[in-house]
Order: sequence, then structure tokens, then C-alpha cells
Amino acid sequence: MLAQFLQFLFSGATVGATYALAALGFTLIYNASNVINFAQGEFIMLGGMLAVFFTQSGLPLPVALVLATLIPAIVGIVVEKLAIEPVKGAETVTLIIITIGTSLVIRGLTAVFLGKGTHSLPAFSGDTPIEILGATLMPQSLWVLGVTAVVVVVLWYFFNRTLTGKAMLATSYNSLAAELVGINTSKVLFMSFAMSAALGAVGGILVTPITLTSYDVGIMLGLKGFVAAVVGGLGNGLGAVIGGLLVGILESFGAGYLSSAYKDAIPFVLILFILFFMPRGLFGARVTDRV
Amino acid sequence: MQKRAYFGLYIVIAVLAVLPLVVPNSFYLDLAIRMAINAVIVLGLNLLIGFAGQISLGHAGFLGIGAYASAVLPTHFGWHPLLAMGAGAAVTGLLAAVLARPIFKLKGQYLAMATLGLGIIINIAIRNEATWTGGPDGMPVPAMGLMGFELTSDKHWYWVVALMLSVSVWASINLIDSPFGRALRALHGSEVASQVVGVDVVRYKVAIFVMSAVFASLMGSVTAHYVGFVTPNLADFFHSIELVTMVVIGGMASVYGSLIGAVLLTALPQALATFEGWETVAFGMILMVCMIFMPKGLVPTLAAKFGKGD
Amino acid sequence: MALLDVNKLSIHFGGVKAVQEVSFSIDAGIVYAVIGPNGAGKTTLFNLITGVYKPTSGEIRLDGESIGGKSPNELAVRGVARTFQNLQICMNMSAIENVMVGAHLRLDRNLLKAALRLPTLTRRDAEMRVEAAELMRFVGLEKYIEARADSMPYGALKRLEIARALAMKPRLIFLDEPAAGLNPKETIEVDELIRKVADSGITVVLVEHDMKMVMNLSDRILVLDYGKKLAEGTGEEVRRNPDVIAAYLGAHA
Repeated sequence: MLAQFLQFLFSGATVGATYALAALGFTLIYNASNVINFAQGEFIMLGGMLAVFFTQSGLPLPVALVLATLIPAIVGIVVEKLAIEPVKGAETVTLIIITIGTSLVIRGLTAVFLGKGTHSLPAFSGDTPIEILGATLMPQSLWVLGVTAVVVVVLWYFFNRTLTGKAMLATSYNSLAAELVGINTSKVLFMSFAMSAALGAVGGILVTPITLTSYDVGIMLGLKGFVAAVVGGLGNGLGAVIGGLLVGILESFGAGYLSSAYKDAIPFVLILFILFFMPRGLFGARVTDRV
Repeated sequence: MQKRAYFGLYIVIAVLAVLPLVVPNSFYLDLAIRMAINAVIVLGLNLLIGFAGQISLGHAGFLGIGAYASAVLPTHFGWHPLLAMGAGAAVTGLLAAVLARPIFKLKGQYLAMATLGLGIIINIAIRNEATWTGGPDGMPVPAMGLMGFELTSDKHWYWVVALMLSVSVWASINLIDSPFGRALRALHGSEVASQVVGVDVVRYKVAIFVMSAVFASLMGSVTAHYVGFVTPNLADFFHSIELVTMVVIGGMASVYGSLIGAVLLTALPQALATFEGWETVAFGMILMVCMIFMPKGLVPTLAAKFGKGD
Repeated sequence: MALLDVNKLSIHFGGVKAVQEVSFSIDAGIVYAVIGPNGAGKTTLFNLITGVYKPTSGEIRLDGESIGGKSPNELAVRGVARTFQNLQICMNMSAIENVMVGAHLRLDRNLLKAALRLPTLTRRDAEMRVEAAELMRFVGLEKYIEARADSMPYGALKRLEIARALAMKPRLIFLDEPAAGLNPKETIEVDELIRKVADSGITVVLVEHDMKMVMNLSDRILVLDYGKKLAEGTGEEVRRNPDVIAAYLGAHA
């Protein structure tokens, strides 16, 4: 009974950590530009696929992982420079279509160059499960949770203790005012894209040994990351992390106790339910329109 | 401005009347039928997105309800196809109406999230209830018949769909230039100003959402009968996006933009089929380039360039 | 009985008490002005009475009926119209359509009839178009009857808002800084326009910084400072009130 509960909790938290990283990516870009980046999931996919590709071509694991994080970050910058910056201030739908176009291009290129097969990555520290009160925890789960925790702490430090981080936060509150005090908001924008692409890629790399990857896993992962970001209240970093874990854990419990066929529907039922009662997510700021 | 709008309608009717005489073969007739079906859906969606300024990323879900009503009810329960079509539209309308009230208290990104979620839930339900729907493989749809006459030939389908399209264009133009239509456009222009003059904004958003959902459902039924087969792809997230893209590429808040968007995006995959393996890349590129260089869509951009209104 | 009765009205945004226990009443047929320094809560007061904000406490009565917390569209039904300090024009529509939207509640809003273009509906709509053009002439916008809203200058848009409000055939109209941003000649014209509106029997409530205009037009004046009522009375009474003098000279007594 307890063992089963813990089992669901472990697997939910592991997947949830990936959603949390994706949700942080959404949040970063949303704060910098008000854009919902529907290509976020493709960075998760790209991280996993590149990690597989580089390890299979014989590179040592650490090098492969660094490359698999850096390349998506560069792709993120390219996307921002070519597709987002030229249309600053366009309507929401227009921006949504641009980011979806971007996701199609990334997915299409991956299929062309890395193939349409399903791939796996060896777990970083072996496959010997750890037993806790009758439930088993894979060492890779610890990697996922540990790295996510480190990333969250580093991000917190970055945004609260460094000048660049504070400049990025300032831009998200009021980009005009930020520009007036001398912050280069266009630099903030491309840093946000680079960081959120890297975050997505890290999540994708870490989770691949557990969930496998292929060129088309990005859509669902991205959409669930979006759910997580909205659950937490768009733009709220801590909310995104909590949202990610919540979505992952509830999905795991739902699949385990209710119906595994409807596993993918659970995050979306959850978000509709939350939005109906809390139109700005769990931690979203209440705003009053000025007229 | 109104005169010019109706002049456009005559051109649409003329083109629709002449088209079957000039298409070289059945491949193009089939393409024309699918374009017209999409055009009707996109007209409805443009009223919601372009005119009323509300977003929906889940309309393919409604299309799916219509399509599967037309597949499941006649196959498993022996319903008459027309009755099944009506039932699909009624269920869609009811679902949209019940959910729209809480959904349209939301704005912007939150609204996008809610409609997206709704569409995905519908799609997952269709995929999972394999006993009824055939699951991911889909299922065949019986032919549409009326009083002993079976609608099977493409020629007949063409005329049915062309009639639907002409009526939809006419009704859209009428609606836009009416008190109802002005209220829709006003709540897009300034929500607070429209409220202050007495527009119950949530009611109007709900009304146009339900109407566009019912349109999508009806055309989903038409698609099902015309193609003779349904798959869950009809209702998936990507198809929702395709429909929204037709609205935006053609031009938001433009009736004729909707038609152009539907025609172009229906033809595009055919044209890209020659790219073998690169279709997705090319499709994505085209979306990006169009939106970066014409963020307002084709028809409004061209209209502005040549100095004409609407 | 007064047309509008406001009793101990307050709204708080977080810790900010934007309007505190403000009470006053407005008789039908007069021009009533609300003045005060920037940030005194004038626009917030308008937003409260016209339903854009929900009051934290207090009571608003229109013709004896409690209307506090009702939504703007419910107030529109009861004949309350307003304009905005920051323009709220629908730039996606033509100028005359903006005025016609003002007549929303007076027209047949049926969706089906509209889609089928039933003659009863279109005839009434055509009449409304004529009436809207007439209103545009009334506010001095005859030049812009065929114009698109996004091609009009600022001063013209201010009047377009007034025309839209008048199209409602309101009993009570709230004008939020109708002369802000206008040049002296335009200000005089708006001054005359408000006089004409008042003469047509509509009760006018006005927020304005132009003191000459306020003194010239208003029957009674309410002075707000830091969200509180400082004084209320005729122009002469207000002008002599020591608190008002102190507030305006910046020396808080």
C-alpha cells in the first residue's frame, strides 16, 4: 500500500522535475517578452536526442552532455534573433504561430538528421535500484531531482544576487522603465531564450535514461511544461517549480490509481479545474486594469 | 465598404460555379472540396479570433466531436446520418456553452491554455475509447444519404460544400455589419468601453465561441462523410493549430482572408509533398516567414499596400 | 430625491486607500464637477460609480436603487454613460461605428436575425447610422463621418467618446477630463459642447483640471484630496473654503 504510494510519488516527482525545468523555461521567456514559447518542448527533445547522438558517436559522457546543453542554447539564441526580435509587440496569436513554426522546424530537422527512431541513454550511475520502504527508486531519478534542485538554487541566486539577474527581473516588471535606467533589454531577451533552451535541454537529457526519447516527444512535454507554468501562475518562478512537481505527481497518481490510458489527459483536466477557480493559477499576481 | 464586401461574395460564388468546369481532374476537385470545408470552419473561427479577439487552440476537438458523432452513431446505433450530425452539433454546442462561461473569464495566455487543454482532452478521449471509435486507427463512416439518394460522387459533394461556403460567407458579412457584430468587434477594440455602453462581454464571447464550435462540429461531420473514414488526427492539437494558422495567415478580422488562408494551407501540404522528408521543416519555415513579414496576415497586408479598406 | 446618492464609499487596493468614505449626492439636471490634485482618487471614484471597480464598502444609489458592485453593462441599462481619461476608442472600427456601438442597447442584438440580414434589423440599423452621423455633427465631428477611428487626431477622438456616450441616450453622463490634452480653442469648443449636453436634459458629472472650465460649467463641485472628501458646494463656496485653498497651495493645514 505504502510501497505503491511511494512508487508513484517517486516516478511522479522525477517526471515532475522535468516539467518544472520546462516550466521555468516558459516563465523566463514569458517574463522577458510576454511570449509563450511553444517550441519549449523541442528543446527538451533536442537535449535528449543530442545526448544520445554524441554518446553514440563515442564522445565521453560529460562532453556529450555539455554539448547537448550548449547546442540547444545556441538554437534558442538563433530563434530569438531571427524569429522573435523582429516581431516584438505582435499579437499573441501571431507569436504563438511563429513559435509553433519554430518547433516544426526543429522537430523536422531532428527527424531528417537524427532519424525517427526511439533512443535511450545509459543511466549516469548504473541501474541498481535503491529500495525505500518497499518502493524502488532508480539512481537516475536522484540525478533528475538533484540537478533540478541545484538549478533552482542557482537560478534563485542569479535572479536575487547578481546584477544581470536583477536586470532581467526588472525588465520583466517593466521593460520600458528598465530600458530607461540603462538595461539592455534586447540582451535580456536573448539571454532568456538561451537560458530557457538550456534548462529544457538539461531536463531532456536527465530524463532520457528513464523515459526514452525520439524526435516527436517534444510536443507533449512542452505542453505539460506550459500547464505547469500556468498552474504556478505565469511569470512566477517558484510557482513554475511547484507547478511542475504537482503536475508530475498528480499525473503519476492518476495513472496509477485511476486510469493509465488517460495519463496524458490528467495535466489538462487539472489546469482547467484550477483556472476555473483561480483564473491566474495558484500563485499568479492579482492585477487591476487601469482605465 | 459594405458594397465592396458583397461584391466579394459575388466573386466567390462565380469562382465556385466555374471551378468544376475548369479543374483538370478529380485530384483537384477533391482538393477544392477540402479547401471549401476548411474555409467554412475558418470563417467561424475568424469571427472568434479575428473579430472578437479571443483565442482558441482547441477547435479541432469540436471538429472531432462532429466527425465521430457521424461515424459512431450511425455505425453502432443505426442513427440516420443527418440526425447524427445534428446530435454532434448539439453536443458540441452544449459542451462549448457549459465550459465557455468559466473559460471566458480568462484572458490572453490563460485562455490559450484552457482551450488547448479542452481540445487535448477530447482528442485523448477519442483515442482511448477504442471500442466505440476504433482508437488510434480510426473507423469507417457510412455514406450520407437522404431519401434514397446516396451522396457519394465528388461532383455532388462539391455542390453541397460550395453552397455551404457561399451561405457562410454571406452570413459572416451580414453578421459583422450588425449590432451583434459591432459588439463583438468593440469588445476586441476596448473591452471596458464596450461594457460601459452595455455589452455583456462574457455573453458575447460565449455566443461566438459556441457558434464557431458548432460550425467546426458540423464541418467535422461533413468531412467524416466525405472522406468516409475518421482518425483521431482530425481532433489533435496540431489540427487546431492548423486552423488557427489559416485564420492568421489569411488575415485576422477579414472574411476573404479566411478563404485565402484556408485555400493556401490546404494546398500547402500537397505542394510540399515533393520535398520528401523535409515537409515538416518547410511547413514550419513558411509559417515563420509569413508571420514575421506579414504579422497581420495576407489580405490585410495587401489591402494596406494597395490603399483599400477591408 | 437626488438622482445619484453616494454614501461612505471606499475602495482599497492592497494597503492603498484610494477612496475613503466619500459621500455626496447629485440632483437631476445639473452639472457636477469633481476636482482635486493628481492622485486624489477622481478617476477611481468614476470607476467605482460606473461599475469598473467594485467598492470595498459604502453604498451607491441611482434613483433610490442600490447599484454598488453592479457591472458596467448593467449600469448602461440604467442610463449611465461615461468617457475615459485615457481614450478607449475601438481602433479596429470606423468612427461612425464607434458611435453606433454606443446605441448597442437600443438595437436588436439577435445573432440569427443579423446573420440572415432580416429587413427589420437592417432598416433599424440604417436609421441608427443616420442618427449616429447626426450625433457626430452635434459634437463637431462632421469632417470625420466617413473616417476610420485610427486616422483621427486626439482632440477628435475625445469628442468621439462623447458622441458614443450620447448614443446611449443616457440620463447621467460621466466625463473624465474631457479637455485634457486639448488646445485652448478646442477646450472652449468642448466647454460649449458640455453646455449643450447639459441643456438637452442629461445630468453631467465631470472630472477636469481646467479650473476656468469647471467654474464656468458646474452647478456644484466636489473636492477630493488623498481619496477623501475635502469640500463640497457651489463654485463660490468651494473657492472660499480654507481647506481647499490650503490643498491647492500645497500647504496642508
